[in-house]
Amino acid sequence: MSVQKNLLLICRKAPYGNALPREAIDIALAASAFDQNVSLLFSGDGVWQLLKQQKSDSINSKNHGKVLSALALYGIENIYVDNDSLKQRNLSKDNLLVDTKSVTINEIKALCNNCDTIFNF
Amino acid sequence: MIISVVILGAPYSTQAPATALRFAKSAIAAGHTIHRIFFYHDGVNCANELIIPAQDEIHLPNEWQSIAKENTIDMVVCIASAIKRGVIDPTEASRYEKPASNLKDQFEISGLGQLVDASIHSDRVITFGP
Repeated sequence: MSVQKNLLLICRKAPYGNALPREAIDIALAASAFDQNVSLLFSGDGVWQLLKQQKSDSINSKNHGKVLSALALYGIENIYVDNDSLKQRNLSKDNLLVDTKSVTINEIKALCNNCDTIFNF
Repeated sequence: MIISVVILGAPYSTQAPATALRFAKSAIAAGHTIHRIFFYHDGVNCANELIIPAQDEIHLPNEWQSIAKENTIDMVVCIASAIKRGVIDPTEASRYEKPASNLKDQFEISGLGQLVDASIHSDRVITFGP
């Protein structure tokens, strides 16, 4: 797998209630392990995934925040969050547990245009 | 164009596998090549040999099986998604000491690396969501 492509994963769902957010991150980790250039964009309800102080023990779920903390260990540094989605939910970057770059709708367009493959979750 | 398809939705619960099937047939008819179908999340249920649809409904697992056979398409079921949903081949059945396996012929259990590989070797990767 010597070819390197730019993959963008768009995470649009809240962290608990569905397994998709977790499985999307698994794709990011696998792609990074295979030396692909991975970017993540959190948008819509997906921004809730980034929230600090998640306590998922009481619902018998793995802590999604901890999973996201592993991204840096896998060398995934291109993590974007849709600024409008944060604002609509009265959130700011201070509420987020991962270092993210907040982007506007036009920057998201450019992000999509610069990627070879987009996975939408 | 070389196309790979990702299916996230379960058959008979969501439209995803049925729409993906029609997409794959249309793409082949239009002269494109389907490189791989990757079944992920609830989509892994498409590979369950034990599925019995109502007689007046489309048999999705059989449809996938025949399109793959006729066009030599690689159909990969994600191992992590599959085993937690009870879709297992004889190897996994023996590894986890289960009394039976249910992976349909033409489907193959493998890892997420196959999805990454598909995105490297395809011009387009199309996702059919849940």
